[in-house]
Parts: sequence; structure tokens; C-alpha cells
Amino acid sequence: MAQGVWTIAEEREGEIRKVTYEIVSEGRRLADAAGQELTVVLLGSNIKDKAAELGHYGADKVLVADDAKLAPYTTDAYVSVITELVKANDPAILLISASVQGKDLSARLSGSLDVGMAQDCTAFAIEDGNLVATRPIYAGKAYANVTFENSWPQMATARPKLMDISEPDTSRSAEIVDATFSLDESVLKTKVVEVLKDESGKIDLTEADKIVSGGRGMKGPENYNILEELADLIGATVGASRSAVDAGWRPHSDQVGQTGKVVSPNLYVACGISGAIQHLAGMSTSKVIVAINKDEDAPIFQKADYGVVADLFDVVPALTEEVKKYL
Amino acid sequence: MNIIVCLKQVPDTETQIKVASDSKSIVTDDVKWVMNPYDEFGVEEALRLKEKFGGEVTVVGLGPKRVTESIRTALAMGADKGILISDDALEGSDSLAVAKALAAAIKELEYDLIFTGQRGVDDDLGIVGAACAELLGIPQMSIIVKVEVAEDGKTVKVTRPVEGENLVIESSLPALITTQKGLNEPRYASLPGIMKAKKKPLEEKTLSDLGLDAAGFGEGGRKMKIVELTPPPARAAGKIVEGETPQEKAAELAKLLHDEAKVI
Ligand SMILES: Cc1cc2nc3c(=O)[nH]c(=O)nc-3n(C[C@H](O)[C@H](O)[C@H](O)COP(=O)(O)OP(=O)(O)OC[C@H]3O[C@@H](n4cnc5c(N)ncnc54)[C@H](O)[C@@H]3O)c2cc1C
Ligand SMILES: Nc1ncnc2c1ncn2[C@@H]1O[C@H](COP(=O)(O)O)[C@@H](O)[C@H]1O
Repeated sequence: MAQGVWTIAEEREGEIRKVTYEIVSEGRRLADAAGQELTVVLLGSNIKDKAAELGHYGADKVLVADDAKLAPYTTDAYVSVITELVKANDPAILLISASVQGKDLSARLSGSLDVGMAQDCTAFAIEDGNLVATRPIYAGKAYANVTFENSWPQMATARPKLMDISEPDTSRSAEIVDATFSLDESVLKTKVVEVLKDESGKIDLTEADKIVSGGRGMKGPENYNILEELADLIGATVGASRSAVDAGWRPHSDQVGQTGKVVSPNLYVACGISGAIQHLAGMSTSKVIVAINKDEDAPIFQKADYGVVADLFDVVPALTEEVKKYL
Repeated sequence: MNIIVCLKQVPDTETQIKVASDSKSIVTDDVKWVMNPYDEFGVEEALRLKEKFGGEVTVVGLGPKRVTESIRTALAMGADKGILISDDALEGSDSLAVAKALAAAIKELEYDLIFTGQRGVDDDLGIVGAACAELLGIPQMSIIVKVEVAEDGKTVKVTRPVEGENLVIESSLPALITTQKGLNEPRYASLPGIMKAKKKPLEEKTLSDLGLDAAGFGEGGRKMKIVELTPPPARAAGKIVEGETPQEKAAELAKLLHDEAKVI
């Protein structure tokens, strides 16, 4: 019978990414609830020295797949190795982050393992030893609780930033095991030929702890500097509504919403954004939502923890000044 | 260059979603059905490649008869032919089953590239494209904002934004690409386009036409089961920040964010 909770670590250039700690921590909680072991699969090239740390976050075992062909991530290589390891070890639950990489990987694994898959979940539970996943659907207009049938492992991805990272416990250690796998060159059909780094040093919206977003109410691209100033001060990333993006004021990569990024920061400040359902779809799992809008009937106020009914061009600069008192 | 675009019909994003009395589905009475917005990017990109390289664009949709309408929209935009996979036994199928049926239909066609959306804006799953590529044994590149096919039509180079960087990925063809906003601006169907679409071939196929056994499909074949649908969790009622002037409101907000919400 299928046994054990597995999570897949995510690395970039030899460093473990934060989403890994989120799913390892969540994996630990689920493993405890199910009375099972937690295995983290770590794939990469010369990556073994990163394995021990995963033990501090609750891994009982780290299965290391070390191969030059496993860095940087390609769907082909990862799917080949993970499929082989899963088939050989028969885990009961497979948890992956719903990062860009995780979404790509999990969707393909669903095909290669012939299993059901719950994408971008916001919560998990164990009931009668089985995984129950909660996920927003229809852009968050409804939530679905899902389980699996005749489908092992039970596979799901977790929306980034929602799973609490456990305090690392250095007294815990994991058994570190070299995975045995065959990775045939012939499966590698795609190749990363170039990595274009975002030189701005700005934290990606999906990873940001704080976001200050501007919509059509910003009136033009030149006015975003007032958001940048506030954002720089509080360590936030600037986002935008689709109207602002479609107007050409901000790049596509800044768009939050149903056809943009799904974000869950600790603080989301919506400035001059009406709160259309498609925008809410991208940010309603934020912890604290602030809305600054001069129209008191704007739908965004129904989602906001703190609403400020005023002209943003007065409030935002004043807020920047006020915030300085607390920093 | 022959290109396939998979097309899912979804409720218009403005649609109010109500959970049905069985708690497992939604009320579809007032739903306005449209082409998944990400599939519009797929159709547009396919048409641009066709304009450059020649060849044919085939749109494949799976679902009830109403999906014909969205396929016609794609034909009106300029696609050459449509295939509708429709069978009562498909009702309630999960992503994996949909991928299996699509792959079976696509296998019979000649293609260099397949486009699917990065996710459907209904179930927000984003599984069908990759699962389909796996079943067809071709590479996939997901969440793509730029597509460049080499002059010889044998390889493709795509751009994929991941957190904080853009990856340029190269692949042999045939391959499957899932679309992301930013890829292009989809065209509207022109009036002559709409007229022409009426005469374009639209073939309908059942599971048995595809040589598939109905047993693995529909509600009974689901590997991911829906236990319950609920309305979204309620957020605690928010506060309207008080103050006579914008300055006072800003001061009060900063205080609340620091003392109460503890986020600054
Ligand atoms: C298929 C589809 C997908 C979509 N996907 C997305 C998506 O991913 N993300 C997204 O954001 N939208 C999306 N939309 C668009 C969405 O429906 C809205 O049109 C959009 O979110 C509106 O942007 P906005 O709030 O900036 O603009 P508006 O709705 O025009 O709101 C501007 C707001 O600014 C306020 N304002 C103006 N001036 C000031 C001022 N000086 N001070 C304070 N407040 C001011 C106004 O009161 C108003 O509430 C999508 C739509 C469709 C059909
Ligand atoms: N029933 C379907 N018919 C045709 N294409 C589909 C269907 N379901 C999903 N797809 C394709 O897969 C993409 C992702 O859908 P999903 O995996 O359901 O989120 C869609 O944008 C379509 O391109």
C-alpha cells in the first residue's frame, strides 16, 4: 500500500527556494496527521549539501537526485526522474508548490503518473488517512474541497505564501539518501538557452510580503512614482490592475488578477482600483487588504480590512510620510 | 506548419457563480459561455504563425454542443477547421480524462505545434495542456509570453517568465505551448470572417469515433473528486479609516497598520 508524504524541493542556481520550506513545513503537518513519514525529493546538480537543512524543517528523509542534467529545471528531466522514483517507492501523498515551476511539473506528472491533481490549493487536511485539499475555483467565487479516488499518490500543489513555514529545529535531522534513477538523454527535448534576470532587484509579486498596486485611478504611468516611494519605504513590490497594464502604463508582469498573477502577501494596498471580480481573483487571499479609493461605493471596500475613502493623490504621499514614524 | 489550438468553453468572467443544491456543481442557468481567454491567445498566435509559415489551424474543443459556438468564433477569427468532441459519457470528466480524449483526437491529425491555455478560468486547474503533451509524448512549455519558430520550421524558442527572471527555452517540434497574457493581443472576428466561418468544416466526434471506451470518462472515471463546493470564506468586516482630512486618514491608517494589523 502507498505510504508516506512526499514533497518536491525547488532550487535555483543551487539555492533552495522559499516555497520549498512552505511545502516541507506543510508536508510535516500532513505527515503527522496521517501518522506517516515525510520525504523530500531534492533534484539538482551538486545539490547534496543542501539536503541536511531540509531535516530542520521536518523531513525524515531527503532523497537526493544529483545529476548535471537536473539543473536548471526542465520539465523533461524532472518528470522523468520523479515518475521513476514515485513508481519505485509508491508514496501516498505528493505535495508540490504552485510556483511557476511547480505548476508546470505537477500538471505533467498528473499525466505521467495517471493521477488526479488539485492545483493551487489554499488549505489541506487529512481525513481517514486521505488528503483533502481546498482550492478556489471560478476566480475565488467558490471554493472546492476535493479528494482522490483510485489515484496514488494523491497529488496537490500549494499556493505560494499561504503555508506557514515552521521554525527550523536544528536538533532534527533527516536521513539523506542518494536516489537511484536513470535519466536518458533522449527524453530531454527542451533546453534553457538563456536566463534573462530582472535586474531591477525587485521581488516578484508572487513572492512579495507587501504589495502596493495602482489601477486606472493612477491616471498615468508618471504617477506611479508615489507608489514606488511608499513601496520602497515599506519593502513592497508595485503591482497593477489590468486597466493600468492594458493602457500601457505598467508591464504585463505587474498585473494582478484572473489573467495576471495570483498573490497572497501579508499586506496588499489597492490604490485607485475599483475591485472588479477579475482583480479580486488575484489578491483575495492576501492577509491584510487596504483600499484607497475616492468612490465609497467601489466594490474593493467590501474586501478591504482598511478602507480609505479619499483622493489617492492626497493620501498616498501622506501615508508615506506617516509610515516613516514607525520604521 | 500545422497548428492545433485546444479550446475550452468557460463561464464569462463576469458571471455570478452560485453553488447548486447538490453542493458539488454550480448553477449554469444564467451562465454566459465564452472561449477561455487564454485560448484566445492560442488562436491568435496560431494565426500569426500560419500567416508567416502557411499551413492550417485546427481548433479542438471538448464539451456539450454549445461549445460549437466558441469554435465558430475561432473559425471567424481565421482558423481553418474545427473539431468538437462531444459525448454524453464525457459529462463530469476530470482534467485527466479530458486530456486523454483530446490526445486521442489530436493523434489522428498532423501537427507541428499545439496551443492550450495555461489554465481555464473556470476550475483554474491548468492541467489539460501538460497532461495532453505527456500522452502525446511531446515536450511542453508552459506559461509562455513569446513564441519564435525558427525559419526552417523545425524548432521553437519561447520565453517563460518565472519569479524574478525570464527563461528562454528551446525545443524541437512538435511541441505544446500553454499561453500566458502578454503573448499577443487577440484579434476580433471581422464580419466577413463571421460569414466565412459558417462554411468552414466543423466535425463532431464521439468517444467511440476516437476508439475510446466510455468507462474511463465522466463522473465515474474521475480521479479527483469534488466533495463539496462552498461560497468563498467570509472576510471579517473591514473598517473605514476615519479622519477629517486626507492627512488625518493617512495618519490613522499608518497607526492601524502598525498597532493593529502589525504589518509595518
Ligand atoms: C476575461 C477578463 C479577464 C480580466 N483579468 C483581469 C486581471 O487579471 N486583473 C485585473 O485587474 N482586471 C482584470 N480584468 C478587468 C477587470 O474587469 C476591470 O476592468 C479592471 O480590474 C479595472 O481596473 P481598475 O480597477 O484599475 O479600473 P476601474 O474599474 O476604472 O477603477 C478605477 C478606480 O479608481 C478610482 N479612482 C479614480 N481616481 C482616483 C483618485 N484620484 N483617488 C482614488 N481613487 C480614484 C475610481 O473610483 C475607481 O474605483 C479582466 C477582465 C476580463 C473580461
Ligand atoms: N474541454 C476542453 N476542450 C478543449 N480544450 C480544453 C478543454 N479543457 C481544457 N482544455 C485546454 O486546456 C487549457 C487549460 O485548461 P484546464 O487544464 O482545464 O485549466 C485550456 O485553456 C484549453 O486550451
